[in-house]
Amino acid sequence: MSAPALAETEVPQNAVPAAIDLRGEFETSGVKDVLAELDRELIGLAPVKRRIRETAALLLVERARRRMGLAHETPTLHMSFTGNPGTGKTTVALRMADLLHRLGYVRKGHLVSVTRDDLVGQYIGHTAPKTKEILKKAMGGVLFIDEAYYLYRPENERDYGQEAIEILLQVMENQRDDLVVILAGYAQRMDRFFESNPGFRSRIAHHIDFPDYSDDELLRIAEQMLDQQNYLFDTKATTAMADYIARRRAQPHFANARSIRNALDRARLRQANRLFESAKGPLDAKALSTISAEDITASRVFARKPGEGESK
Amino acid sequence: MRITQGAFSFLPDLTHDQIRAQVQYCIDNKWAVSLEFTDEPHPRNTYWDMWGHPMFDNPDAAALMMELNACRKIYGDRYIRVVAFDSSHGWESVKLSFIVNRPAEEPGYRLDRQEAAGRMIRYTTRPYAADRPAGARYG
Ligand SMILES: Nc1ncnc2c1ncn2[C@@H]1O[C@H](COP(=O)(O)OP(=O)(O)O)[C@@H](O)[C@H]1O
Ligand SMILES: [Mg+2]
Repeated sequence: MSAPALAETEVPQNAVPAAIDLRGEFETSGVKDVLAELDRELIGLAPVKRRIRETAALLLVERARRRMGLAHETPTLHMSFTGNPGTGKTTVALRMADLLHRLGYVRKGHLVSVTRDDLVGQYIGHTAPKTKEILKKAMGGVLFIDEAYYLYRPENERDYGQEAIEILLQVMENQRDDLVVILAGYAQRMDRFFESNPGFRSRIAHHIDFPDYSDDELLRIAEQMLDQQNYLFDTKATTAMADYIARRRAQPHFANARSIRNALDRARLRQANRLFESAKGPLDAKALSTISAEDITASRVFARKPGEGESK
Repeated sequence: MRITQGAFSFLPDLTHDQIRAQVQYCIDNKWAVSLEFTDEPHPRNTYWDMWGHPMFDNPDAAALMMELNACRKIYGDRYIRVVAFDSSHGWESVKLSFIVNRPAEEPGYRLDRQEAAGRMIRYTTRPYAADRPAGARYG
């Protein structure tokens, strides 16, 4: 039997440093890398990036203050991410978990993403164990609750969501060293949720709002997504995609970058069919990787006047 | 009489942080950790009661510590141990277990000698605590 040594119980009390090199910490902690990656890989989102930069600075300073014995409490790190679907909330939450891990505010840095159904049960006595299972899984990392306002259903006073809320609040308050909670959803509904649940509002220190992407940003996101899959638009396709984006935005169920991802999936499908049906001879890498205008303009988005029905 | 079973039982009781560090060690080794409790401390009693399920996919020891706190609230007057199960092929058994909670008073065991035929002696150890009914043995 392997006998683990009685591990790191007495962390040697490092002498309090006389001065701390914030720049150096910024680099050695890896925070710099996370922020650079965020800048490079996520298009647009300027206000979000700015807020994250500010938060990182605050946490770095806080960490330095703790080392010097100037601060003792774990700062409240719970956050809310508000914005429309497909604006990058989940993606940024993953980066945030990494950031908090590198700064030493969470021990593991994984992200557990859930919705109401993962937390709330169907019958009496079902909710508490469900919520606790999720909380345990998220410990050492970040718990991301998408569309958090569905936890609160005031129209049904026996709704089990309330039970989940109470357990969450308790853990958010008492186990701040163990996990960070990020609540996400539409801005307005989230505001209303906070109004009726002051317990949550008072435990959340950082609110980050995710704006919709501009048409131009969505086009760049499309190009980046394609590039990551080793595809590219030809010139006409780029124009067609820009046109697609403008039309798609005006139609129902528009979900920013997610709509783009879905559109590209369908474009690749059409490209494959086109190649299959029209290819006369062997195809080179370029042919296999090029999305052309017809792969996009075949979309129903072009058949429909803006504002008309579900798109496909 | 202080009962010594499992790892670390000749050491002073582990502190919260020490337990947590051991549990994290188990989790990092991909062992499934769980809690068991009993008020029947006979060393041959391997059938302790389970507290919840073994944890297979919680990466951080805080998860088990939360359950330990909950278990202590209800069974704080009994023995509680951490069990770490290694499911890897060839092991498929408990890799480490250690006591993390014990009753305030541990009355120990009585040794009975039964004189059998031919001057043979049979020994029986009986926990004094087991004289009382299950659930009412400590505190
Ligand atoms: N700024 C961005 N740059 C590149 N891709 C993005 C960006 N924002 C979102 N995406 C992509 O769009 C999709 C939806 O994003 P997601 O984070 O799930 O949005 P939300 O959680 O706000 O609904 C994901 O596939 C993600 O990779
Ligand atoms: Mg999402």
